[in-house]
Amino acid sequence: MKLVLPNPGLDLRIPNYEDLERMEKEDGDRPKWDNKVQYILTCVGFCIGIGNVWRFPYLCQTHGGGAFLIPYIILLVLEGLPLLLLEFGIGQRLRKGSVGVWRAINPYLTGVGIASMLVSLLIGLYYNTLIAWIMWYLFNSFQGPLPWTQCPLNDNRTGFISECQRSSTVDYYFYRVTLNASASIADSGGLQWPIVICLLAAWTVVCICYIRGISTSGKAVYVTALLPYVVLAIFLIRGLTLKGAMNGVKYLFTPDVGELMNPTTWLDAGAQVFYAFSLAWGGLISFSSYNPVHNNCMQDAVILTIITGLTSIYAATVTYTVIGFRATGKYDTCISENIRTLLNGFELPEDSITASNYNAALHHLNSSYPDTVFGLDIKTCDMQKLLSEGVEGTGLAFIVFTEAITKMPGSPAWSVLFFIMLLCLGLSTLFGNIEGVVVPLKDLNLFPKRWPQEALTGITCLVSFIICLLFAQQSGIYWVTLFDNFAGSIPLLTIGLTEMIAVVYIYGIDRFNEDIKFMIGKKPCIFWQISLRFTSPLILLVILVFYLVTQAQQELTYLVWDPDYEEFPTLASVPYPSWINVVIFVLAGIPSLVVPVYALCRLVYVRCKKKMKPEKDINQMKTIA
Amino acid sequence: MIAYADFKIESLAYFSKKMPNHVRWVLQQIKSRIERLNALFRPVMHYNCSAHHEGTNMTEEASNISSDTAAYPWSKNEMFLFRAALAFAMRDYTNGEEFGVSDIHPCDETKRVSFWFVVTRPNTTDLVDKGTVEMAIKKSRNRINGAFLLTDQTLEFDGIYPTLAAPVSPDTPPWLIVFGVVMGAVSVGIIALLAYPLVQRKLKKNKDADDEDSDEETGVKTAEIGANDGIYNSTFSDDERFTQM
Repeated sequence: MKLVLPNPGLDLRIPNYEDLERMEKEDGDRPKWDNKVQYILTCVGFCIGIGNVWRFPYLCQTHGGGAFLIPYIILLVLEGLPLLLLEFGIGQRLRKGSVGVWRAINPYLTGVGIASMLVSLLIGLYYNTLIAWIMWYLFNSFQGPLPWTQCPLNDNRTGFISECQRSSTVDYYFYRVTLNASASIADSGGLQWPIVICLLAAWTVVCICYIRGISTSGKAVYVTALLPYVVLAIFLIRGLTLKGAMNGVKYLFTPDVGELMNPTTWLDAGAQVFYAFSLAWGGLISFSSYNPVHNNCMQDAVILTIITGLTSIYAATVTYTVIGFRATGKYDTCISENIRTLLNGFELPEDSITASNYNAALHHLNSSYPDTVFGLDIKTCDMQKLLSEGVEGTGLAFIVFTEAITKMPGSPAWSVLFFIMLLCLGLSTLFGNIEGVVVPLKDLNLFPKRWPQEALTGITCLVSFIICLLFAQQSGIYWVTLFDNFAGSIPLLTIGLTEMIAVVYIYGIDRFNEDIKFMIGKKPCIFWQISLRFTSPLILLVILVFYLVTQAQQELTYLVWDPDYEEFPTLASVPYPSWINVVIFVLAGIPSLVVPVYALCRLVYVRCKKKMKPEKDINQMKTIA
Repeated sequence: MIAYADFKIESLAYFSKKMPNHVRWVLQQIKSRIERLNALFRPVMHYNCSAHHEGTNMTEEASNISSDTAAYPWSKNEMFLFRAALAFAMRDYTNGEEFGVSDIHPCDETKRVSFWFVVTRPNTTDLVDKGTVEMAIKKSRNRINGAFLLTDQTLEFDGIYPTLAAPVSPDTPPWLIVFGVVMGAVSVGIIALLAYPLVQRKLKKNKDADDEDSDEETGVKTAEIGANDGIYNSTFSDDERFTQM
């Protein structure tokens, strides 16, 4: 099919096959991977992030358990795989970072690269704040008992601080001791200095790992990409031996096929696949541009898809063994409390009511003495409800998991392991992130050419650290949630869609097929043809439209930690202040709009230059004559 | 809580089982019991509380009390130990008043190892007021716990809340130590990575200087042998082997 938009001068802008072969033989100054393993590990580390641990299990459990795997795997293959091949192939062929690639395809498309860079920057800012919080918990795990097992005492030492008493020790530790959260995003409070120095640590670690580009980060990924798998295995074995773990796993994977009829399920699956692969960040294009020309990028795309899918399921299993353990613990405590109340109330001897005959005994007592039982205020203990307290995001890692870890014997060791795993997961994603920021800055010639890579990395990290101080305020967590919701959703979908259209219809799918044939030796089969041309862009378009529609309909509210709220410790849902719309526009609108705005500006600039050029020619002719 | 107003004058504590295998003194919360006790104690302050009881047989049933370290059945001897421990507490608090085991009067004991008790002054029938008893128990709480191999959580007097121990807070927060170690390692790493190429360059410059010296020597050597310089003159080559027919 010859549906390609006219693209004059393309051959002049990109290296042809002879150039590629020559560049392959010469030892250019472009960085190279030491070996294939480094490349695969870097991509795996980039794709597998904290979201696999704290977002996928939640989605799985809320959208019908095992049944969610069906839309997830379908969309993984139909949406994720073609986009991966696209980014790998175009990067390997054009041998440039994200700005360079789009500029080579068509100078008007440079905006896509700039948008990728902006999105990578915004996401990197809040992502590293999460890393800073993880580091704080990691540093504090080297003590026993863990600091989030105890509430501090109140002034006259007869009880605990009321905020801690009413919520729980882990809630208090996260919201008060770590973040010192204010009650609204407008109330910024001062800087929390422990978070500031953790942010400093986080940015310094990223800086040192990426200081020479992929030659240092490529060594670091051996640890950051592999260690999470080892730790997950350890946690799997520990988790499966905990009491009640199988309840959690069974709950997670029990399929509820009815959920497949719900469009939100498919939408969430599509969005999750898209974000899981870190597509449209620009990092994958950069990474594959360091590959040898004849590297088999199709095979890489398939390998990465399989690894991502399996890792998501693996991490979900581990997470739900721990959640099952916690829910079972809470259920047992609830039952014991009720038994005690009953024994006290009816003066029954010890062990007359146990967990096994609890229901029968309760029924008997309720029928004989209903008033007394009512007066005792017995709580209903519902295991399903406890399991369904699905938490995601920071709540899962810093509240649910930390609480579960305190109940395991040898908690400091488990806490250290858990937070090291999260740290590695986050760091490996950040390498790709920072690649997607530094390389476009280099391509855009924003830095002088003679500055070494170390200076570029250092400056980027320093500036990012200073901007990140926004998140070190007392309202920091609300800003992080804001960035998470808006900086990483709509712009990415827009950029992804534009990428597909650009490569398939402006670069030309036929040319792309030829490139793949040159690089690998065979043309992509019919599956790739159809999915690259139709199904993937269509799926992306549908997701983007639905996303925009749901976001527009939703009222802009957020959850706050407010000790004065009536239903404390539940988080209060308050509306955003009106100036937040400006911030949302900056976060979501500007990266998305850079693409058309840059094209327009360039159009205007070229037109102006053309108008001036005939006059210059006439002047030159006059001087010659 | 009307019940408390009534009990203010008496010294009473109700000893009952809190949770399976735990021992607890609990004040009666349930209305019916409060009413029953009000009826029991309001008219007369009598130390022999069992005399006013409605005739339920207070047999101690053997029940297992277990804590983490010991499991033992509750029996008359244990009750004696309790009375002795409480007498000790009273003596300790009042600085020498000779309370004896006979001055502690438990009553209203149930199958669930729970009972009320009153304390009388030595050699009289005057009741010691609740406040004093509570203060005495607070002071010697640890010793009473220790006598039964139980803890504040497993042996409770309702209405007497344990003073909580402050959480352990070390002088240097441990997290600062770990942070210091990490930052130190990272800084050393950065300095090493930045200095490494400079050091390498310096070494290379020295090596280049050495190489030039050695090159000159070898150059002289080869010049002597003359293998590389000079043109090969084929006139003097030995090709007679080939021309012989």
